[in-house]
Amino acid sequence: MNGTTEMRYVNAVTKALADSMAEDASVIVMGEDVAHAGGSFKATRGLLEQFGEERVIDTPISESSITSAAVGAALTGLKPVVEIMFMDFITLSMDALVNQAAKARYMFGGQGSVPMVLRTPHGGGLSAGPQHSQCLEAWLAHVPGLKVVCPSNPQDAYSLLRAAIADPDPVMFIEHKAMYAQKGQVDTAQTVRIGEARIAREGRDVTLVTYGATVGICLKAAEELATEGVEAEVLDLRSIQPWDKAAVLESLSRTHRAVVVHEAVQAFGVGAEIVATIADEGFDELDAPVLRVAAPFMPAPFASSLEKGYVVTADRVKDAVRKTLA
Amino acid sequence: MSVDKKKAENSAAASFDVEALSALYRTMSLIRHVETALTRLFANGEVPGFIHLSIGQEGVAAGVASALLKQDSLATTHRGHGHVLARGMDVTGFMKEIMGREGGLCKGRGGSMHVADLSLGILGANGIVGAGIPIALGSAMAHKARKTGGVAVAFFGDGAMAEGVLHETLNMASLWKTPLLLVCENNGWSEFSPTSRQFAAKLEKLAEAFSVTYAQVDGNDVQAVAEATRIATDQLRAGKGPYVLECSTTRVRGHFEGDAQKYRDAGELESVHEHDPLTAARKLLQEAGVDTAAIDQAIHAEVEAATEAARADALPRPEDAIRDVYTQTGKQEARA
Repeated sequence: MNGTTEMRYVNAVTKALADSMAEDASVIVMGEDVAHAGGSFKATRGLLEQFGEERVIDTPISESSITSAAVGAALTGLKPVVEIMFMDFITLSMDALVNQAAKARYMFGGQGSVPMVLRTPHGGGLSAGPQHSQCLEAWLAHVPGLKVVCPSNPQDAYSLLRAAIADPDPVMFIEHKAMYAQKGQVDTAQTVRIGEARIAREGRDVTLVTYGATVGICLKAAEELATEGVEAEVLDLRSIQPWDKAAVLESLSRTHRAVVVHEAVQAFGVGAEIVATIADEGFDELDAPVLRVAAPFMPAPFASSLEKGYVVTADRVKDAVRKTLA
Repeated sequence: MSVDKKKAENSAAASFDVEALSALYRTMSLIRHVETALTRLFANGEVPGFIHLSIGQEGVAAGVASALLKQDSLATTHRGHGHVLARGMDVTGFMKEIMGREGGLCKGRGGSMHVADLSLGILGANGIVGAGIPIALGSAMAHKARKTGGVAVAFFGDGAMAEGVLHETLNMASLWKTPLLLVCENNGWSEFSPTSRQFAAKLEKLAEAFSVTYAQVDGNDVQAVAEATRIATDQLRAGKGPYVLECSTTRVRGHFEGDAQKYRDAGELESVHEHDPLTAARKLLQEAGVDTAAIDQAIHAEVEAATEAARADALPRPEDAIRDVYTQTGKQEARA
């Protein structure tokens, strides 16, 4: 039987949660409005009916303690999946993430681990304003002990979430709120390894290194560049911590040019780490400086006209590619 | 000493279980000997970093731990030596950890403020004030979900009453009738400031606001703490919801070792020994004919041996330092 079905990104998340919970009784889902309301983006819809109030838990609006409780539950035999409604709200969970979840295994000398997942949507495109649109993944990727993944399509939303829940360490699972409605084929038998990138489009002239929602923007830019005779390779990192350095360097050894693209603010971002690594370990392969396309150093604005200028566009990606080829 | 008082003491002496009090005394003596040894080791430069001693607070640790069962878990604070030792942490593994040795329970990665033993349900001391409280909440949720019959204990000091996570945790624990025992060791001090200058509310009122059962006990009376904890854990194990136990006690040493405590009145420091939980228990035991000196001597020898073993142990090697940041499984696929 073919296990492949078309579904929306958000439903792939729900399916991964449901399948993990059905397989493993220690998996629980907790967060604000995840049970009766089915989640603010409906990612947990139907789970309460299927698994009951003991495993699908509506919490008060207490991000700090919800996340810390997940750490304690994980250390006592559960595999909690916490939903934080918007990534901006992880500011309130930072002690739990940075000082507790990330450190427990290490500072206890390898005794046990913290098998929890924190799911949260980042990104703009919905005019949600400065406190509901941020991409803060670089904060998390900077903390030893946390893993950070960011799916760019429904298949990865399913397979990466299954991998995150199965993982013994704390995994930050970052969704994109503007992608929830995106449709795609999902094969539930397909597995993804955390830390392994994917070539989303092959090309010989330049490597576009990206993840999450900007994968789609890079693919669009690549198709348009192809009409100009430029073949861009699009590398979807999928996992930001650990990230697939080998795949990036290997692609670079074929294309000799690279542009790193992400929606988050450019300064001190994920792209900075990738570009620095390329400069350090891939320098001899470079025929041009590595460029970054990312958000300007400012909060995400509210008005549509302003937000359009803030988020990454295919045109900005194309401009950067042309610059590396010039 | 008046005749009347003597009579009262005799009747009190007759009312306790000598064996139980001996066990409590043994635990308190162990904590006292370990921490007294640490004052010297710290002064000699043999303990890296900071240590926060619980001398004078042993009655709480020994009393609470005496009511716990194997399946129970606990999260504690930066002043948590007593709690983990009372829970049964291996003294040699503890000393090695505090002294930053390879054979320490946490391989010298955690030290005093992060010592843990998951096999005993000890989810760690914690360097962040109040942070163990919601971790214990999650552990209690797991006990309930997994039907382990266990309870989770969060030890915290009165300084943590000002942390938001306590308030959040009281709310959630109450809403869900979670088997969580919140033990406040109230020594009147929030680091370098009197708690009266830090916190406008009372823990009792806070518990009441969230419909959580509250009891107060003299933390220097180890038998009273043991009894109060037994009452609390009975309620918790019966599924009747969370419980706050406030234990009044005395911080003898500074916020951290080496703190000259110039912010405290000399009078307060002079009188601290009057409330010593060991002195009170020792008196009762001696009147009942127990040789407490023999107990103390045996423990002294045990602590000396642990200290020597820690001194003799190797320092952790830098090349091992990067291990255990992540779990090495090789199995990170979505499906098994």
